[in-house]
Order: sequence, then C-alpha cells, then structure tokens
Amino acid sequence: MELIAVNLIDGLVTGLLLFMLSAGLTLIFSMMGVLNFAHASFYMLGAYFAFQISVFLGFWMGLLIAPVIVGVLGALVERYGLRRVHQYGHVPELIFTFGLALLIEELVQFIWGKSAMPYEIPEILQFTAFSIAGNAIPAYKIFMIFTSVAIFLVLLYILTRTRVGLIIQAALSYPKTVEALGHNVPLVFMGVFGVGTALAGVAGVIAGPVLSTFPGMAFVLGSIVFVTIVIGGLGSLGGALVASLIIGWLTTFSKAYNVRMEDILNGIGFTTPDPIWDSAWRDLWTLTSPQIADILPYILMVLILVFRPYGLFGKRQA
Amino acid sequence: MKNTTMRGLSAALAVAISATAVYAENIKIAFIDPLSGPFAATGNQGLATFKFAADELVNKEGGVLDGQNFEIVAFDNKISPKESLIQLQVAIDQGIRFIAQGNSSGVANALTDAIDKHNRRNPDNQVIFLNYAAVDPALTNDKCNFWHFRFDANADIKMDALTDVIAADDGVEKVYIIGQDYSFGKAVAAAAVKFLGEKRPDVEIVGNELHPIGKVKDFTPYARKIMASEADLVITGNWGADMLNLGKSVLENGFEGPIYTYYGAADGITAAFGESGVGSLRVVGEGQINPPVSDRAAAFVTGFKEAYPDTDPAQPRIANVVEMLAKAINEAGTATDMAQVAYALEGMEHDSIWGTKLKMREIDHQIIQDVHIQAHTDDVQFDYDNSGFGLKAEDTVTMAAADAATTCKMKRP
Amino acid sequence: MTQTSQISASRQAPGLSLGVVMPWLLSAAALVLLPMVFTANSAITVMNQMAITIIFALAYNMLLGQGGMLSFGHAVYMGVGGFACMHIMNMSDFFAALPLPVLPIFGGLVGMGLAIVVGSFSTRSSGTVFAMISLGVGELIAACSIIIVVFFGGEEGISGDRTYGLPFFGIEFLRQIEVYYLTAFWLMLSALLMFLFSRTPIGRIANAVRDNPERAEFLGYSQRWVRFHSFVASGFFAGVAGALFAINYEILTEENLNLATSGEILLVTFLGGVGFFFGPIIGAIVFTLLRTVLGLETELWALYVGLLFLVTVMYFPGGLAGLLMMHSPAVKMKRLRSLVVPYAKVLVPGAFAIIGAACLIEMVFHLRHAPPGDHQMTLFWISFDSHTILPWTVSAVLLIGGGWLAKRFAPEMANSYHAATSLDGGGA
Repeated sequence: MELIAVNLIDGLVTGLLLFMLSAGLTLIFSMMGVLNFAHASFYMLGAYFAFQISVFLGFWMGLLIAPVIVGVLGALVERYGLRRVHQYGHVPELIFTFGLALLIEELVQFIWGKSAMPYEIPEILQFTAFSIAGNAIPAYKIFMIFTSVAIFLVLLYILTRTRVGLIIQAALSYPKTVEALGHNVPLVFMGVFGVGTALAGVAGVIAGPVLSTFPGMAFVLGSIVFVTIVIGGLGSLGGALVASLIIGWLTTFSKAYNVRMEDILNGIGFTTPDPIWDSAWRDLWTLTSPQIADILPYILMVLILVFRPYGLFGKRQA
Repeated sequence: MKNTTMRGLSAALAVAISATAVYAENIKIAFIDPLSGPFAATGNQGLATFKFAADELVNKEGGVLDGQNFEIVAFDNKISPKESLIQLQVAIDQGIRFIAQGNSSGVANALTDAIDKHNRRNPDNQVIFLNYAAVDPALTNDKCNFWHFRFDANADIKMDALTDVIAADDGVEKVYIIGQDYSFGKAVAAAAVKFLGEKRPDVEIVGNELHPIGKVKDFTPYARKIMASEADLVITGNWGADMLNLGKSVLENGFEGPIYTYYGAADGITAAFGESGVGSLRVVGEGQINPPVSDRAAAFVTGFKEAYPDTDPAQPRIANVVEMLAKAINEAGTATDMAQVAYALEGMEHDSIWGTKLKMREIDHQIIQDVHIQAHTDDVQFDYDNSGFGLKAEDTVTMAAADAATTCKMKRP
Repeated sequence: MTQTSQISASRQAPGLSLGVVMPWLLSAAALVLLPMVFTANSAITVMNQMAITIIFALAYNMLLGQGGMLSFGHAVYMGVGGFACMHIMNMSDFFAALPLPVLPIFGGLVGMGLAIVVGSFSTRSSGTVFAMISLGVGELIAACSIIIVVFFGGEEGISGDRTYGLPFFGIEFLRQIEVYYLTAFWLMLSALLMFLFSRTPIGRIANAVRDNPERAEFLGYSQRWVRFHSFVASGFFAGVAGALFAINYEILTEENLNLATSGEILLVTFLGGVGFFFGPIIGAIVFTLLRTVLGLETELWALYVGLLFLVTVMYFPGGLAGLLMMHSPAVKMKRLRSLVVPYAKVLVPGAFAIIGAACLIEMVFHLRHAPPGDHQMTLFWISFDSHTILPWTVSAVLLIGGGWLAKRFAPEMANSYHAATSLDGGGA
C-alpha cells in the first residue's frame, strides 16, 4: 500500500515535468497550427545553459537566466525561421522544426562535447524530504512538483485573467479581427512562441540534474511530448495536463509492478508451452510490463487517434 | 584523422588511388567505431588509446618486421551496422588488412559475419577482425570464426569472476539483477543466474528484469522496486546513459549496498557519480590501472594523460591488442598473409603491460586474462574524467574462466 | 528567390514521346556504365546504397509529394520487407530453389501487406492525425523489434547468405558488381513502375486529394480510398527497397526500423524536392554522397547536413529539384547562356565564403576538442598550425570577402534570372 503512495508521487513528478513541456507545445500548436518538433531541443538547451551558468553563478541563477535565454532564442527562431517558412504551408513548417531539432543536437555536441555534463542538484536540496516505508522521497522532487504547479497556476492566471491573456486567446482564434483592432498579432505570436520555449527551458533546467544532461536528452523525450498533446487533444491546455498525468502514472506503475504476460494468459485459460524457448510465441509469453512501459503511451495514442481523432479534450478536428 | 581526408575521398570515388602510395610502408589498422553521435565519447576514447599504444608500444620500439610502423586509420560507423559494413568495404579497398572494432555487439556481429563472408569470397585479400570490446558471448561460441579475435573478457567470464567475489561474501542473501533488454543484457542476466545458482544456491535472486534500452527517462520506479525487494546488492550490465541514470536513481532513493557493473566508469560516468558512488559502485573488468602494477604501466598512463588530457585509457586491453598484433606479425614474418598472422595469433601467450598473463585460446579465439573487481573511489593515483575519482582494483580472479566450455566449431582455412 | 510551386510540373500528354523516353534511356545507360568508371568495391557499395535510398525515397514521395501525407514511420515498411526476405534467405530449402533476383517481389509483398493492415485505419484522415499515427506505429514496431526476438532477432538483428539462392544463369552473386547490376535492374524497374503509377488515374486523383480533398470528394472519389491505394503502393516499393537492402548487406537490424531511419528518408526526400518525380532521386544521391564522403572527411558531417537541410527548407522549399526546374523556362527559351556569367559572379564567391565558414567551424572544433599539443590540422589538403593567426585570417577573409561579393552581385543574378525566364525578355 505504501508503495502505491510512493509511485503516485513519482508518477506525479514525471507527469508534471511532461506537462511543462507539453503546455508550451500545445500553446504553440493552437497558435500556429503546427507541431514544433524542436520543442524538446529547447528543453535540452535549457539544461545545458543552466549547467553552464551554474558553473559560474550557481544553480538558482541558472534557473532564472537559462529559461530567459531559451525563450529569446525561441522567439528569434519564430521571427526569422518559422515566419519565413510559414508562407510555404504546414508541411514545410513541420519539416523545418524537424531539421532544427537535428541541428540543435549537433550544435550542443559541437559546443559541449558528447559526454554527459556533471550538472548537480543544488546542495540545499540534497536531503530526503520524508520517507514512506523506507522509500526516500528526495526534497528535489518536492521542489519539482511545486515549481511546475506554480508555473501552471501563473500561466492559467495570465491566460484567463489578464488583458494580455485575453488578447492572446483572441489572437489564437481570430487573428485577423484582433489585428484590425490595432494589436500587433505577429508580435503576440512571437511572444507566445518565446514563452512556450522558455517553459520547455524551465523543464530542462529542473530536469537536467535528475535525468542527466547529455546530447541525447531531447531525443529520448522528443516524441513522447507529441504523444502527450495528441492524447490530450491538440491545443487544449487542460487536456495536456490530464494526458501528462495519465502518461506519468501509466509508465510509473507499469514499471513498478511486474505484470507478466504469462500470468495474464494463464488467467484466461491458456497453458504455458513447454519448453518455453522452443515456442514460436516465446516472446509473447515472457513479456513483462516494464518491458513495454515506455511504448504504452504510443499504443494509447494510436488507439485514441483511431477512435477519437481529436483527442481526449480536443474540440476540433486537427 | 584529417589526413584520411584525401584517401577517403579517393576510395569512395575511386580517383587518385596513388595518394595511398605515400603510406605504403605503414601497416594500417582500420578503427571502425562511433566517432560522431551519442556514443562518440567511447569511440574517441578507444581511438586515442589505439593511437597512443601504437606509437608508444610499437613505433617507438622500432616497429614490426623490418621497421614498418603501425598506423591507425579511423572510420566513423555512427554505431550503425549498415554504416560499419560500408566503412569495412572502404577500409578493404584502401588495402587495410586489420579491422579493430568494439562498441556494440550488434555491430560486431554484423562485422564478423561480413568479414567471414568476405574472406571466403576473396581469398587473396583477407582481413582479420580485432574485437577489442564487444563482449556478447555468442561471438566466441555459436558465431565464432577463424578471423575473429576477442581481447576483452566476454560477458560470461566477467560474470564468473564477479560471482566468485560475491560468493565469498557471506553477508549476501538477496541479489537484484537488472539490465537492458537486448542480447547483451540478457546474456548478463542469464550468466548471473547460472553462476549464482552454482556457487551460492542459498542466495535468493529477488529481481531479474530487463528495461528498454536507451528509452527509459526516469529510473525511479525501478529504484523503488529494488528498495522494496530489500536486495543486498545489484548487478547490472547497463552502459552509457542507462548506466548513469540507473545508478544515480538507485543511490538517490536510498540504496546503500554495492552495485556491481560492467561499464560504470569513464566517459563522464565517473565524474557524474562523484562522491555518491564511493562505497557502492564496483566495476568488473581487465587491466589494472590503480594501483599501477609496474613503472611501465604507470608511465603508459601518465604519457597517455599528457597526450590526451580530456580522455582516459579506460580500455587498457587496447595496449594488449597492439602488442599482440605486433608480436603475431613478427612471428608470421608477414603483414600481408592474414592466415599466417591469424595462426600466429591463436594460441599466443603474452605478458601484458598491465601485469597479467594473456592467452588467446585456440578453440574459440577468446583471450584469457586476469579479471579485476574494481571500486569507484578517490583513493587513486590515476583518476577518470579528471574528477579525482577513479577505479581501484579490490579483488582479482587470476586467468578467469581459462577452461570454460565453448560451443565454437572453428573452421580453419 | 522566387517561390516555386509544389505542384507537379509535368504537363505532357500521355503517350510516348522522345522527351519522355530519353531520360529513362539515359539513366539506364548511366547505370550500366557507372561501375566501369568507379571500379572500387567501396564505390560500388556506395552506389548500391544510393540505389536503395532512391527506391525508398521515391516510394516515400508517393505519400509526401504526390499524396500530401507526411509519415514519420515509413522505415518500418522497408524494414519489415527486408526482415521477411532475410527469413526467406534462411529457409535453406525454399531459398535454394529461388533465384535471388526474384526475392525483392517477396519483400514488396510483405511491405504491402503491412501497409494494408496499417493503412486500413491510418489513411482515414490526412494531415496531423495521419502523421501522428505513422509516428506511433513506427515507434511501436521499432520497439517490438527488440522484444519480438523470433522475427526481428533482437538488437543484433538477423543475417543470412545471399549466395545460397538458386544460381541465376550461373551467377551466384558472390561479387559486389553482380549485386550492383541486380540492384540497378530493380532500381530501373521500380522507378519506372512508380512513374507510371503517378500517371495512372489513381495517381492523378492522389494529387487532387492532396490539393483539395473536398473537391475531389464532390467529384465522387473517396479521399480515404485514394490515400489507401497510394499508401499500399508505397508500402510495396518500400518493401522492395528493404529486400535489396537485405541482399546487399545480408543483415537487418533494429536500425532499419527506427525513427532515425524514418526521419532520414524524410530529409532525403525533402532535400531533393517533393514537387517533382525526380526530386527524391537527386536527394538520395546527394545525401548518400554527403553521408559517406563527407563522413569520411569530418566528424561534423551531421552539422553540415543539418545546416544544408534548414537552408533548403527556408529558402528553397522546392528542394534541389525545384531549384533546377526554376530554370526550365530559360532552357526552353535557350537563354541559359546569358545566366552563366551572373551566376558565376555570385556562386564562385559564395563557394569561397562557404569554404571559409567551414574552415572556421573546423578550426573552432579542433581548438576545443583536439588533444592539447596537437596543433596540426589539415583542411582541403593543406596542413597548418591551428594555433597561429594566419589560417584564421585567411578563413575570415574568405568568408567575409566571398560573402560580400556574393551579396553584391546577388541583385544582378536575380535580374538576369528574371530576364531569362520571363516571356518578354525582362523588358518590363
């Protein structure tokens, strides 16, 4: 029973981290109608910048400065890259972000080399917050939870309660009208893109020390972020949150409990073939849930796309 | 590496073939391993060691035969089997007869197969495969061939040595085995179960599981399971980011017992573990760096660190590869008749710079040598990653698994 | 640069004319003659790789260029086709009675079979939903390749020996050159079939569905069925490419299925140009050369390829083929000669600027990552000390001077381009 509580917390951390990435991505999608393949690359840049800053100024300055740099970079990419490609249509836009992801990975290797960086949790957070039945919950995890929840609340407040937020929301749905009212819509788009990438940067800064900072970190997370927002419904912030949490808990629990296919098959009346290594189905029989934990989100996504193409909370057909 | 520029171009496009003539008197060894991409750190580290060992141990000693030098020619295989086969073809076209590769057993499987086929189909320009690091047992068992020589202890031998040490510790009651879900991870797990069952039937294996390779973002759930199982020690064959993340996660979540690993050092891993790994992390391997066994060994490491301060001689066996190849060429009296060199190499005995005896077994071309259990500690003369931490030999199994059985049926030309 | 249209340019009436047949005859002749020029085994290996990539890229473009479907997981159809052929090669009795040149048909059929299964639900919609399903299915099958060892052989893959097949007129395919001609034959055949497919009514309607699905529906064509047919055909040719891969390399691994391979083919196709039938062919040739030749020269090859790709997407969305086809009016009006001088004025300094930039990048990389004490480096066959000021100055001068000259002459080039390609001779 205690283990369930521990796994709930672990899954929550994973889910919230995923949410910080998918929140920015889904905002950008609702704005430009295009999936930003390079989103996870900005997450990686966040981690690397924060590492570099932390070498000189310490972790907390990294947390402050790195996302700003990432956001500015993102805004520049939108202004000088995406906006140019936008005129050619959606597919070239998607392909542009795809190429950008490759290029950023190469650049990171060019600058920092190919090994993992020794980016560490700040000493002030290097203690165990509390234990549940011998399972330590590091303070840093609690810090991650609070940071991401705080960011979500701030984002929600800005989007729904402030003037800027209202303009953004309006610009998302009726860009022409908003422009006619005298607002600089391209600037709004650039701003949203910058903020979205900055969010990814924050995720990178706080995930870097625990998930390790290495050139492959964007690739590992890259496609799962899309899966999240597709499951949640493209363009839906709430959907992204729900999908992130579902994926976080789904993968955590299937890794934490060894559900074996053999037990399931036996349970529904099949008998284990003997000897098992001679059977053509041996790979099916020996399957365990941790083996497939990380592909479960993909299965979920394909199922959702087939049966509910607009996702869990999506409003319109993509 | 840049001086391969002209030759690479010429081979690929078959122009200016004469450019290679300048280097005709060198004996070239093609180093086919990842030099770009996620595994480049390991590849470049191996390349540096090869270059340094060739210069230091052969060229400065007067070369081989009548003064010919070793030259290492690097080929980037991007850790892809397909790309490796293309580079193999380019190397052969450049007249290179010795192929060195080590990273990824998948690539080694592709290469050994391709080299065997090439040598059968082209008897007049055969090549030899110097496998310096791929440890899938199959390479010297079912998939063995006459042209393949393995200079690293294979996964079974390492596990044999490792379980010797574990068996001697009476305090061990529960063992957790975790690895990457592919041939090597499975081989490690199978060997661990087998040897522990033989040596310590009373030890309970409380967990034996595989996780997807290179896909796990967060190892926390696995760490929780290990904690919940109350295991006394963890055995893992993980490498690269999977090694680092698993180890960090296990330690972070409160595990205090030893973690026995195959690849838990160097290429950024030692630096990343730092203080937290002390007392827990153990690495099974060959080639004792700390404490140095002789002045010669110490001089080798010092010289290497001067030449390449950013990397480490973390694969000491490469020195053995270079020395034994030189010896075989001298014994065979030829660097062109590969069958002669291969016959000289099999069965060869040699005293390694790292203090161990070496024997290249005839039956399967698996080298037999001392295997060490090394601890991650700051009490070292030579550190890794310039981090102050390094590996220190704690236990040694002399000539590990010298009479291990093999399923290899070697076909000789 | 003027913007190129994405729409297929061929306006010839169906039927045989010299203009249609000539390129095919020329290509066939080139394929026969190439191995006589480039005789080294490695050159033939690279050409085989090129041929396989061409077939795969053409198959991919049946979706992307002709059908407007963006797939992120197309490698699985090639990979699964290849794996199936590998299993056929390992069925010693069956394979001993099968001539090797027939094998690609089986690969194609398996690829097609998989495409039928996946296409039955993925082609229901186009756009993002299709792209995401392809991504999901691609990831699933790639992940399964590690788990389902019986079929995919785990991470080490499965290997076989092509020479155990029934000798084909006495040829056992022991030598690379024999494999080359087999691959070249299938390249011509597949390319021709794919070209003809794009000329069939279903191929034409695929274009219509790509450009305006609603209108195509009103005309009475189910857009889903049109997409499904393109998808299945594309799966067949991807499977053929997989079979040729199996024959060439005699090994298939997880690499043949994974996301990186799927992404690469997208890159290749887009680089070549999706708007024209021959675009992917150019893309495959250029990319294979870049990957193998540039890869031999520098560790940073992927950085350059990434840059080239981004520049292509941003400035030449028609790809290399689009760039070439921009000049077809000038060719038709026989004004190509008037372009030579203005182009040279921009391209020659531009090339020097690129060389200068590449030198700077290489030197920075050398400075950062080479072992200390190793100051020597070689670029473009010149050895020098990277810690002295001279090479930096030379590179910087090349970059700035070349860039300045190119920028200066760019308007002139644009003017002469417009003059050469507009009907009134640019008098306006």
